[in-house]
Amino acid sequence: MADKLLEVRDLHVTVEDEDIEILKGVDLEVDHGEIHALMGPNGSGKSTLAKLISGHPSFIASRGEVLYEGDDVLEMEPDERARAGVFMAFQYPSEIPGVSISNFLRTAINAGRDEEDEISVFDFRKRLKDALELLDMDESFADRYVNDGFSGGEKKRNEILQMAVLQPTLALLDETDSGLDIDALKVVADGVNRIGDQNQDLGVLLITHYQRILNYIEPDRVHVMIDGKIVESGGPELAEQLEEQGYDWLREEKEPVSA
Amino acid sequence: MPANETVEELNLDDYQYDFVTKDEPVYKAEKGLSEDVVRQISYHKEEPEWMLDYRLNALEIFNSKPMPDWGADLSDLNLDEIYFYLRPADRMERSWDDVDDEIKETFERLGIPEAERETLAGVGAQYESEMVYHSLKEQWEEQGVVFESIEDGLQMYPDLFKEHFSTVIPPNDNKFAALNSAVWSGGSFVYIPKGVDVDIPLQAYFRVNAEQMGQFERTLIIAEEGSKAHYIEGCTAPVYSTESFHSGVIEIVVKENAHFQYTTIQNWANNMFNLVTQRAKVHSNAKMEWLDGNLGSKATMKYPSCFLVGEGAHGSVLSVAYAGDGQHQDTGGKVIHAAPNTTSQITSKSISKGTGRSSYRGLCQVYEGAENSKSNVECDALLLSETSRTDTYPYIDIDENQATIGHEATVSKVGEEQLFYLMSRGLDEEEAMAMIVRGFIEPIAKKLPLEYAIELNRLIELEMEGSVG
Repeated sequence: MADKLLEVRDLHVTVEDEDIEILKGVDLEVDHGEIHALMGPNGSGKSTLAKLISGHPSFIASRGEVLYEGDDVLEMEPDERARAGVFMAFQYPSEIPGVSISNFLRTAINAGRDEEDEISVFDFRKRLKDALELLDMDESFADRYVNDGFSGGEKKRNEILQMAVLQPTLALLDETDSGLDIDALKVVADGVNRIGDQNQDLGVLLITHYQRILNYIEPDRVHVMIDGKIVESGGPELAEQLEEQGYDWLREEKEPVSA
Repeated sequence: MPANETVEELNLDDYQYDFVTKDEPVYKAEKGLSEDVVRQISYHKEEPEWMLDYRLNALEIFNSKPMPDWGADLSDLNLDEIYFYLRPADRMERSWDDVDDEIKETFERLGIPEAERETLAGVGAQYESEMVYHSLKEQWEEQGVVFESIEDGLQMYPDLFKEHFSTVIPPNDNKFAALNSAVWSGGSFVYIPKGVDVDIPLQAYFRVNAEQMGQFERTLIIAEEGSKAHYIEGCTAPVYSTESFHSGVIEIVVKENAHFQYTTIQNWANNMFNLVTQRAKVHSNAKMEWLDGNLGSKATMKYPSCFLVGEGAHGSVLSVAYAGDGQHQDTGGKVIHAAPNTTSQITSKSISKGTGRSSYRGLCQVYEGAENSKSNVECDALLLSETSRTDTYPYIDIDENQATIGHEATVSKVGEEQLFYLMSRGLDEEEAMAMIVRGFIEPIAKKLPLEYAIELNRLIELEMEGSVG
């Protein structure tokens, strides 16, 4: 595979209708099969990066590029990106009353497919059932309306369920661990690991505040974002260091550079 | 991805029923309304004297009442330009083979004969002013069910007819009920005997073909004690540049312990004024359900009502309205609690797009002495564009202390976040919007038999794909 899964080069991002720059030159590479953790304090721009890559209309890349398997994703509509294999697990997923999860997922799988290529009911049921088992969820869950009246934990689980069913190549997990108790965290993390086991090509960018989830999903690389820039990258030991020392040492270290 | 673009790309407004059949009517009254036209209608129907008197009295009431100054804008409705009576065929047929070829073709294009074979207990078809076809499957005929055109009902069951006709909606109820009472033509007469459960629907289909046509069907339904049935009406017309007019009256008597459902899927062309009065009188422990889908027309004013006259009666109105560009759907429901321990539920869902406007207008009235009555009203509006509009006019009139009334209203806009969420899973904008709309009307669609849920979804140009199960 010649092309990297994800290449982000000197990416600057602003919010639509505002002059505020949130990302101020981000460089990042994620290859097939790799798990990268992106850590950093609140408001540093981590979620903005995930939203920009998946195509959220509120964010605009003012400079730089984002390549997905060599293709310029900034030229693609959000749905095209999804169909190409980009998936974001939302921090705050929307509610879609009246639409069952199973109906939603079948429509999503068939989106952009010709009628003759649509997934058979049998194959879809199997895929859905396997995904539910993977996440230790009852089959009746798929009959519920998408996120309608879900608890925070159920919403997060539902995001990973969708990931298991839609089988993306690049997964952006936006604070999937927040709001989960330790048992739910283990189930979700285990689910992500097993999806990775089933698809060796899967690359994951895991956005989190806390080192906690990294006890269950072991990253190949850890990056720290502060004020719209990646200020430090390293192996899993970096996350442990952050857990012990916080982010302040990085802020101080970077101060002279950015000044 | 500006929000407006999303909306414009949706083809919810494409109207599939815009075709005209060339046919020669047997008789066409002159344009406009007059005593002479009323007399001609009665003459053609060979009616008893009392009915002609009833019509002439109703015409006076109509002339004496002012046009409503509330609801939809009716200023483009010019009654002098409307044909009030157009007789398409000499007689009504009981086999499709005998129906005039041109007229039959119309109904075949609408899929009616096929639906009848597969899923319906009986079918009536009205073309312009008259029923051209009416048929009931033998199984139900043997159990004493009557499903006839309203004219045949009057001729064949004169006593039963006279006992109930106009007892639920008198001519002085409102201006358009008076109009219908004067010029009614076509519609069904339905009688469900005691204890009979008609477990598949009866359907009537109303088609207006001619330009500047007025259609005034009148339906009378009597559900005897402990009986159960479901009646469905559908309506379409070609699109003309001039205005057409539809003003029906539907009266239903639901006797003790009976259960009746009346479903409308109204998809008139967008030059149609649709002003309809529908009411059921619901006796002890009986249940009446109105399911009202208003998708077409230029302006609709329609508030299906339940008059709960017997202890323990239940009435429900489930209403879904879609107002596209230039359309005004002024719809809702009325429940009148006139006996103790009666319950009611009004659920209204509207979708407005472009310059479309939807209004919920409802009445909940509890008479003194109707103790322990419970009523709940929920109305949800979904706006698909910045230029669409929705209003809520709930009227509540309670004369009894021991009553529980609830009212909830929500307005939501299809949000950028919701659309993005669906698109991030691979749906394009149009599919994403359609899915949100489909989900919004799901509580209504799931109350319909599958075929009609499909029809409802198809009518608002959404794919059915996977929306059940």
